[in-house]
Amino acid sequence: MPRVGLFIPCYIDQVYPDVGIATCEVLERFGCEIDFPVNQTCCGQPMANTGCTVDAVPVARNFIEIFAKYDHIVCPSGSCVAMVRSHYEHLLHDEIAAGRVDKAAFKHVEKNTLELVEFLVDVLKVERLDVPFPHKVGLHQSCHGLRELRLGQCSELVSPAYSKAEQLLKTMPGLELVPLKRVDECCGFGGTFAINEEAVSCMMGNDRIHDHEEAGTQVMTAGDMSCLMHLQGLLVRQKKPMKIMHLAQIFAGRSVV
Amino acid sequence: MIAATHDHPANAKKFTDNEPRAHWHDQAIWFVRSKRDKAAWTLPEWETLRERASQIKTHMLSNLAGYLEQFEAEATKRGAVVHWAKDAAEHNEIVLKLLQSHGVKKVVKSKSMLTEECHLNPFLERHGLEVVDTDLGEWIVQLLHEPPSHIVMPAIHIKREEVGELFHKHLGTDKGATDPPYLVNAARNELRQKFLGAEAGITGVNFAIAETGGFVVCTNEGNCDLGVSLPKLHIACMGMEKIIPRAADLGVFLRLLARSATGQPITTYSSHFHGPMEGGELHIVIVDNGRSKILGTPEFRRSLHCIRCGACMNTCPVYRRSGGHSYDTTVPGPIGSILAPSRDPAQHSTLPFACSLCGSCSDVCPVKIDLHLQLLTWRKQIAALGLLPFDKRWGMWFAGKLFSRPRLYELAGKVGRTLWPWLPRFMVYNPLNKWGKQRELPPMPKKSFREMYAQRNETARKKNS
Repeated sequence: MPRVGLFIPCYIDQVYPDVGIATCEVLERFGCEIDFPVNQTCCGQPMANTGCTVDAVPVARNFIEIFAKYDHIVCPSGSCVAMVRSHYEHLLHDEIAAGRVDKAAFKHVEKNTLELVEFLVDVLKVERLDVPFPHKVGLHQSCHGLRELRLGQCSELVSPAYSKAEQLLKTMPGLELVPLKRVDECCGFGGTFAINEEAVSCMMGNDRIHDHEEAGTQVMTAGDMSCLMHLQGLLVRQKKPMKIMHLAQIFAGRSVV
Repeated sequence: MIAATHDHPANAKKFTDNEPRAHWHDQAIWFVRSKRDKAAWTLPEWETLRERASQIKTHMLSNLAGYLEQFEAEATKRGAVVHWAKDAAEHNEIVLKLLQSHGVKKVVKSKSMLTEECHLNPFLERHGLEVVDTDLGEWIVQLLHEPPSHIVMPAIHIKREEVGELFHKHLGTDKGATDPPYLVNAARNELRQKFLGAEAGITGVNFAIAETGGFVVCTNEGNCDLGVSLPKLHIACMGMEKIIPRAADLGVFLRLLARSATGQPITTYSSHFHGPMEGGELHIVIVDNGRSKILGTPEFRRSLHCIRCGACMNTCPVYRRSGGHSYDTTVPGPIGSILAPSRDPAQHSTLPFACSLCGSCSDVCPVKIDLHLQLLTWRKQIAALGLLPFDKRWGMWFAGKLFSRPRLYELAGKVGRTLWPWLPRFMVYNPLNKWGKQRELPPMPKKSFREMYAQRNETARKKNS
């Protein structure tokens, strides 16, 4: 039975706890023994992406210490996983060199931190999800999961088509995936970008929503709750009927609320 | 904090305020991105080509001095004169002296982003010369007294009704005319006169071949050839990174350039120049203007791979919705946001943040510049230089402290979530809350995940015991 250290991003912990619970349920259904180390907080991405490396380093150092003991570290966010897998090496370079972060522990965490969907598909080899979900679903491909973790084919590249999330969604009875015009355009969240470039951020979000509306999306889903938080903010303000759900919630068989 | 002279968020806000126009701009440029996708998919070897092009550029940059000298020697053998300019001012002086010593008063110019970068036109005009940009888009923005908003499609931000109005004013075309063939024909007639009257032609350079001493200029309108065929003096201006080692490498880049830029298999004209025409003179001005400095910084060196195709602009969701002028630089978009801060980080400090870090630019780039990662690196440097605004700097300091103390983080979350529902709406949604201007905040749950998880474990334990 794989021993999984559950990495729940700070904003999911505080604002979207059900996404975390749904993640637990899905992992347990496929036989994982999960543990949530309570001294975890955040991966450090907000600070690092604002350029404040000094403020991100202690947070990243804690992260390595907390998660080094697990076989797998699984997280329902492509963006936070990409932070660990693609950016920690650069961020912690000096710490590792100075011996303040154990190199072997870092390598282990870097290699074994996985996004929920890729863990299900690549490690647990899940092929089917026999959970009915009779709705028209629009998949929003969050950028970091897509272009940093390559959870699916990227529209810019001339390469074979695949999508790990779609692969699972398609096996759910009653679920209809709708086709989008711009299959992987950014929603405009982008962390502090959402505040810093508010006007462009919201226009990007509204354009994504419009694409989903035209496609007939009833439930918009993604592997990253941060994108969905931004899109939900726009949808609710404009009193639009479209709902948002994290992939984990759909996989866990939650009903649409 | 030193205030950024150029404020991208404010410029972008102005652009999006005209929502129909911003949508039109986004869709017009997305159309070009879609054409690029179709063109790329016609070549099964596309990704191999990108890798090859990137390797050639990396090799060239590692041996740049040698290739530049080889180019100079070969070009000189073919009868061209090579000039070296360390910056924009030297470049402009060299061009001006060449024109003055040949008694030139009227110049035609084909599109060159380098001369835009050096602000050559206003410099020559100040010295009493007439300079006409002969690329149609470039000429339109010249008549409007605006800089180009895109490096491949300089007038992409102008609607055809506005071109009609402009030509009515300057060329006397019918008022209200918007028919493209009619307008293009009027422009052609006017530009023909300029070509006939020109005493010198200035061009850019897309690729300079070290092995042969020749160079290639890519255009769609043939204006480069027209501009340098009649006058006896041809001045070609190039950034020093335009070198490629061998003639055989040209095929790699010509296949990538037009497909990436506009979705065409190749530009209508690929004009090759190997030495001056009979009885004429060919001068090549090789310009540094900050490129050596970029070459000396390992984290930004790859930005010198750039072949100025504009694909990163076309794919950039921010560029498409904020317009080229919002960047206040000669080269806008992702690549411009990397190049500009290397000239002046304080002035351009908002540009590396005009990006959602979606990474599309890095994947679309035909020469594999890691654009979004370089933008991220610039953010770090801007923070290190103390150029971050106060709220970002201290906000992130606070977040760092909070996230390093799990108990404090937990407590802060709990207090926040408990108080939140009791706050009156005007306290949450006020002008200071930029999130809430167009967006609702998510409803706050009573319990955090960690509380629910602990409770869940407790219930499971009781059930088992």
